[in-house]
Formats: sequence, structure tokens, C-alpha cells
Amino acid sequence: MDFISILSIFVLACFVGYYVVWSVTPALHTPLMAVTNAISSVIVVGALIASAAAGSPSAKWLGLVAVALASVNIFGGFAVTARMLAMYKKKDKPAPATEKQA
Amino acid sequence: MSAFPVEQVADLSTAADAAHAVSPWVALAYLAAGVLFILALRGLSSPASSRAGNRYGMAGMLIAVVTTLVTHEIASLPEIVAAIALGGGVGWIIARRIAMTAMPQLVAAFHSLVGLAAVLVAVAAFLNPSAFGILGMDGNILAVSRIEMALGAAIGAITFSGSVIAFAKLNGNMSGSPILLPGRHVINLGTLVGILGATAAFAMAANAGPGEGWLFWALLAAAFAIGFLLIIPIGGADMPVVVSMLNSYSGWAAAAMGFTLHNTAMIITGALVGSSGAILSYIMCRAMNRSFLSVIAGGFGADAAIAGEAREQRPYKSGSAADAAFMLEQAEKVIVIPGYGMAVAQAQHALREMTDLLEEKGVEVKFAIHPVAGRMPGHMNVLLAEAQVPYDKVFELEDINSEFAQADVAFIIGANDVVNPAAKTDKTSPIYGMPVFDVDKAKQVFFIKRSMGGVGYAGVDNDVFYMDQTMMLLADAKKMVEDIVKAFD
Repeated sequence: MDFISILSIFVLACFVGYYVVWSVTPALHTPLMAVTNAISSVIVVGALIASAAAGSPSAKWLGLVAVALASVNIFGGFAVTARMLAMYKKKDKPAPATEKQA
Repeated sequence: MSAFPVEQVADLSTAADAAHAVSPWVALAYLAAGVLFILALRGLSSPASSRAGNRYGMAGMLIAVVTTLVTHEIASLPEIVAAIALGGGVGWIIARRIAMTAMPQLVAAFHSLVGLAAVLVAVAAFLNPSAFGILGMDGNILAVSRIEMALGAAIGAITFSGSVIAFAKLNGNMSGSPILLPGRHVINLGTLVGILGATAAFAMAANAGPGEGWLFWALLAAAFAIGFLLIIPIGGADMPVVVSMLNSYSGWAAAAMGFTLHNTAMIITGALVGSSGAILSYIMCRAMNRSFLSVIAGGFGADAAIAGEAREQRPYKSGSAADAAFMLEQAEKVIVIPGYGMAVAQAQHALREMTDLLEEKGVEVKFAIHPVAGRMPGHMNVLLAEAQVPYDKVFELEDINSEFAQADVAFIIGANDVVNPAAKTDKTSPIYGMPVFDVDKAKQVFFIKRSMGGVGYAGVDNDVFYMDQTMMLLADAKKMVEDIVKAFD
């Protein structure tokens, strides 16, 4: 791909990001940060290429460290997002704590 | 694109294009990953669709990782699997155990990891450019790749050191008060100009083979330094903006590396995350009526202690839990305004119990959340969700502010600046212009506060304390709410 094609993808993706993020409900801004954190770990692609390549041992080890760091973020980011999202509920059942008090 | 024969691509980066000449299926797989990431964010438009969105995100990441692994010659598969298992295990355990109140520092810590990973990838690309397909015919790294690499490394380094400081401030390892160096604006601007200059010089250097050139290392060191310098003068109250901003930077770092690798998934993701963080920063600044520049310039809240001491004593009414319980039971409509103090006191579960009991008695209860409540965007919503407050009872500032005139009770717990009328009336106030809740319109105001001594982060006195209809409930927030629950008959 030449530079202009890549730049086009980038610029259009910025616009997509702009509209998609404005449509996120403010109640979910914390999960939004957690999940953007997780997906920005797509940098792991670069880390994998560096650690997979032969030729430079130092580059390989730097790549492996980057793979480990990005993995913390991928697993941690998606897991913590899932944990938060599971807590958002509508009022559809009587809250359990009220019965013993009343 | 490899759909074209390589010889047709007659531009300067022919060598790079040969290396990037991947099968269209691979390009499509990365594109699919990018689209899944867009859907992951789109899902967050409502809590109902958000869980599916998160799964799209995971699927996108899986596609990106598997595609990379199957399309490259892997010389070190066991090490890679070990690195993923190690990092993944650590991340998973942290995600399971972390308290929801600690979410801001967790996000800051995660940002620092993305930043550091971006730096390491950039350094690896610098040392072994042929693996990334960015080594030119003349034995030099391609000039455009040098710029992308340098920018990726610099933004990654700023994200890393800035996030480390943000983490230390949020986690209490470091004082939240601003640290102001003399001449810091000059130092910061000088360093930024230096980084850009070094990037340009690095791109134009005659000898730029693998690992060649001290400019790259110099700009990397300068970028680490400026991340540190940029965040130390920013006070604790402005951390929501800082965390959002670093979120944005981590995205731009990923995008810059995506340019180096010609990787669609990384570019799309970087653009998404970059815009997301930028928009959140904007929302936070707007909610404080401060310009982004004034937040970044730092120093806000530095003179809070002085302003606090200079206050005169004014008469106020205080009440007991029993008084509050009696009046809450008589009310028809109660609006609860939680702030970070509620989270510090861990009062959210007791609060939910109190509001449940009120609803059983036929009282309408709503929660009102200010955009800057808590230490990161949406933090208070997560804490209430954790305490099992249904999200359809939680409202944003602009949606609920008109309802205070019909409310019998405004119940303020752990919030202060976001209800301060000085923001509307006092042009000299540091929070002037910040949108605030119109609690003065409610018939009765209950204000839970530890003591009359402390003031909010902005360090300004609050007229709500002294209004006729205000009753100060001076106690630890959790204890006070529990006592109110006990006082209900």
C-alpha cells in the first residue's frame, strides 16, 4: 500500500471514530476507556512481527517484552470491560437487600 | 496492494511494497479486525448492546493476532506463546481483582503499558527494519518510515511516562497537588521542538541503517522526559482530563506504528482510540468550563489550601440522621447527587439500600451525575452500577437539571464543586462558568460532608452550606447513610 492509501484509511477512520464515540452514552465512558485501552493493544501485531523475525536477537527480545505487555492489556482490558458491563442492569427484579429490612 | 503486480507500483517505496506485498486475504483479515473494533465501540451506545460490542472487540483482536502469526515466519513460537500466557495471565488476574473505585489508576497503568509496548516495537523496528519491510534498497531505513517510527516511539514514550505519573497521583503514591517547576512552559516547549527537530533530522540523515544514528535515542529520551514534565504540574482534580488525553495518545502511538507496518487494523484502531480520548478530554474540559490548554498548563488547585483558610465562619444548620430520615420519608421526589467522596467512603452500597427503602415507601428517587464526578469519565456510573443501582434511574446533568424545582430533597453525598452556585454567579471564582446542579431550587437540601473544614478540589467556599433549606449532615458518608437507613421505621 502506498502512503496515500494508508493516510486515506487513517483520516476516514478518524471521522468514523469521531461519530461513533459521540454516540457512546456518557454512562459507559469508563468502559469505553477500558475497551479502547484493550483494542489499542493491537500494537501486539508489531510486537509479534518483531519477536517472530530472525536476524536481530535484541529486536526479538524487545518484541517479546512488548508481546507480554500488550497481552496484559488485551486480556486485562477486555476482562475488566466485561466485568463492568455485566453490572449495568435495568430495574427488572426487586433488589434482594430490601426484603430483610422491610 | 498485492492485487497489483509489484512492478506497477513505481514509487520510491518499491522495496517496502515488495515486503508488504501480502495476500489480499491477509489485508482483508486486518480490515475485518478493524471493523470489529469499530463495532466494539458502537456497541457502547447503550448498556444493552455493550456486552455484544465487547465480544466483537475480542474477536477483532483474535483475528489480528492469528493473522499475524500464520502469515509470518515464526522463529520463536514457544517464547511468543510464553509471553502471551504470562502477560495475559497477569492482566486477567488484575482485571478480576481490581476494585471499581481503583478503575482510574488501572486505566492509567494500562495506558502506560500500551505506550511502552509502542516504544519497544519502534525500537525493534529500528534495530531490525527488514523484518518490518522498511529497509530501503540503499541499506537505509526508508525516510517516511523513519518519521513514522520516530513519531510512534515519541508518542509511546510520552504516553508511558505521563501515565506512570498519572497512575502515581491517582493511586496516592504521589501527592495530587501540582508540582510547578520554574520556567516549565519554556522547558516543555523547548523539549517538544527538540523532539520534532530530531525527528526531521533523523528522517533526513544520510546514514540510517538498522540501529544507526543517535538522534533516534535522543528523541526517545526527550519524549520520556516530556511525558513526565507535562503531567507533574497537573493537579488531582484535572486527572480525568489527563487520563482521557493519555488514552488518546496511546491511540496515536498505535496509529503511527500502523503506518510503519502498513497495517489497516492498527491504523483504524489507532484512529478510533485517538478520537475517543480526544473527545473524552473535550467533554471533561467543557464540563469544567476550562480550556484544554489551561488544564495542560497545569497549576490548578495549587493555592487551594490558602483559599480555604481565609474563609470566614458563617452560620449553618446541621442535623442528625433521624432528622434526615424523617424528611426523606415525607418527600415525594428525591434527587441524589453522588461525588467522589461517596466512592472514598465506600458508601454506594449503603446508599442503594437507602434509596431502595425510599422507593418502597413510594418516594421517587433519581440519581444525578456530573460529567466530572469521580476521577475519570463515567466513573460514578460504574460505581453505582456495581452497587446495583439500575442505570435507567441515573441521569446526566443536562437531562435532570430542570427537575430540581420539582424535587423535595436534593441529597448531596461526597460532591461539592458540582453543586456550587458560585459557578453561576461569582465571576472571580475559579470554577466560574462550570455547569452545576441547581440544587438551590430544591425544597430541601441535605449535604453529607465529613466536616465543615474541607472544601472541594477547587478550594472555594460553597453557598449551598448556608442556605435556609440546607441541612448539613456532618459525618462519614457511609456511616451517615447507614444511620439514616436504621432511622427509617
